[in-house]
Amino acid sequence: MFKKLKDASVEGTLFLSALVSVSITFAILFILFREALPFFEVVSLKEFFFDTHWAPTFYPPRYGIAPLVVGTISTTIIACVFAVPSGFLVAVLLSEYLSHRARSILKPVIELLAAIPSVVFGYFALLVVTPWLQSFFPNLQGFNRLSAGIVMGFLILPYMASLSEEALKAVPKHLREASMALGCNRLETALKVVTPSAISGISSACILTISRALGETMVVAIAAGEQANLSWDPSQPAATITAFIVNLSKGDLPHGSIGYQSIFAAGLVLSVITFSLNIMAHFFRKKFHRRYV
Amino acid sequence: MKMTQKSLTLIALIALSVSPFAKAERKRVSVDGSSTVFPIMEASAEEFQNNSKGKVLVTVGISGTGGGFKKFCRGEIDIQNASRSIKQKEITKCSEAGINYIEIPIAYDAITLVVSKDNTWLKEITLAELKKIWEPSAQEKIKTWNQVRADWPEKPIRLYGAGSDSGTFDYFTEVVTGTSRASRSDYSASEDDNTLVQGVSQDTFALGYIPYSYYDNNKNKLKALAVKADAKSIGVVPSLDNIATGAYQPFARPIFLYVSINSLKKKEVEDFLGFTLGNATKLVTDVQSIPLSPKAYATAIEKVKARQPSIPGTKEAKL
Repeated sequence: MFKKLKDASVEGTLFLSALVSVSITFAILFILFREALPFFEVVSLKEFFFDTHWAPTFYPPRYGIAPLVVGTISTTIIACVFAVPSGFLVAVLLSEYLSHRARSILKPVIELLAAIPSVVFGYFALLVVTPWLQSFFPNLQGFNRLSAGIVMGFLILPYMASLSEEALKAVPKHLREASMALGCNRLETALKVVTPSAISGISSACILTISRALGETMVVAIAAGEQANLSWDPSQPAATITAFIVNLSKGDLPHGSIGYQSIFAAGLVLSVITFSLNIMAHFFRKKFHRRYV
Repeated sequence: MKMTQKSLTLIALIALSVSPFAKAERKRVSVDGSSTVFPIMEASAEEFQNNSKGKVLVTVGISGTGGGFKKFCRGEIDIQNASRSIKQKEITKCSEAGINYIEIPIAYDAITLVVSKDNTWLKEITLAELKKIWEPSAQEKIKTWNQVRADWPEKPIRLYGAGSDSGTFDYFTEVVTGTSRASRSDYSASEDDNTLVQGVSQDTFALGYIPYSYYDNNKNKLKALAVKADAKSIGVVPSLDNIATGAYQPFARPIFLYVSINSLKKKEVEDFLGFTLGNATKLVTDVQSIPLSPKAYATAIEKVKARQPSIPGTKEAKL
């Protein structure tokens, strides 16, 4: 009798916690839409998507989201150019080359990178990486997306490494043994046999890493300079969607003002971008998934 | 069965411990308004609460000067923090609601124009030149220093300034372009002034504006520009003296507290205000703002004691 009750209560608790996380997601989406709707009553969609300036709290206000989107994407590209290949190589090293012992030491060390608070990475970019880069490129500004992007690369590298390593590890051992038996060396086995078999996991790792970079806030808010300009130049400062949100909400913006609503409009755009990326990751996982018996 | 009994007792215990009669209602002082005045009042509230051993609760909000006055004139708060004096519209609102108040200058706020220590050619700047650099129409047009003054170098201007949500931004834009919040937007903005200090100090061709206290703490990295009313007048550098004597214009201003005379009937409000004014020099210095003269605080204490309402429209608050 008591056992049954215990079983039921465990099940109920598990169900409840699943329900909580799902309903929080929906609540967030609901609030985003509710607060962003009044914004679009004032600002036309045409202005929002095609104006080239973003200055919602200035006089006269401008509401073109493009500079923020470009800022977000350009810093993400810089971060991923750095983090995706090196994260993948680290994963190959961990899964295919290292002995069990070496791996058990190196993996936690790399994951330690993910444990450093991102605000520390932000000041690291501003105070260490930017002056260092300026010694090579004297024209680099004090705030720039190159430094912010590279440091963000460090920040997301563990995600890429860890997720791709899981994917590589999941490839059955007999494929490797067959490859070796046919005379392939370790590198050929890793790149030509194991990687193609794990491609679904690696591509979704890649997309989740990109999502993480898109949503990263503190590094860009501190080191990229909070300047909304429509440019892809890595030496220029940039404002990303997240950096805009965090900066504006730190101040004393009155509730219900258009500036306040612009936070939610920007947040909605970011959610749509990351949401579609996550759907893409899901699609890749399904499409390229290989089953081994 | 045993389990259920145990847990029932536990629940009863928890319910008892959080029940309302555990503690008597505390007295409250509510302060709201400008983020510029906030650090001073926050520091004062903290010390006052420690001294009163938690018998009085002081809440300090940040609704902005305008948002704070709305609440103040509805009688919702006791003390209003303001980074400017009360506007005509707000005076009308307050008098309609029968709110009489005393205006008390509490500290100075000054904006400093800064360049990097490595900048050798820029020492002073006129108001007209500042306007040319910062006005909205300068966006993507004024890009190099020689566009502003012919003998300045042909190098890109890089601008750093307050985020559009700070009182410093309102004040700077109003003084420089004539319209509050009218500014170009292609500059590096941050609400965190330390970030601005870092940005300007790393960049020889940068110009930024920050609160005076941040310049004061970073004199080894930054150089303050002298401000000139026009090309012929003498430039004035920001310094404690120049700010207190009013010589550093137009970038220095007093900031205020407004206290409702109705609220002063409550002993806790009177005590808190008395504590703040009595320790003002220390409190203001601690949060790195610029204090008024001790005499100004003594006058303020007298005004509060006499319950002498500030008369709308007159500028009797000469420091």
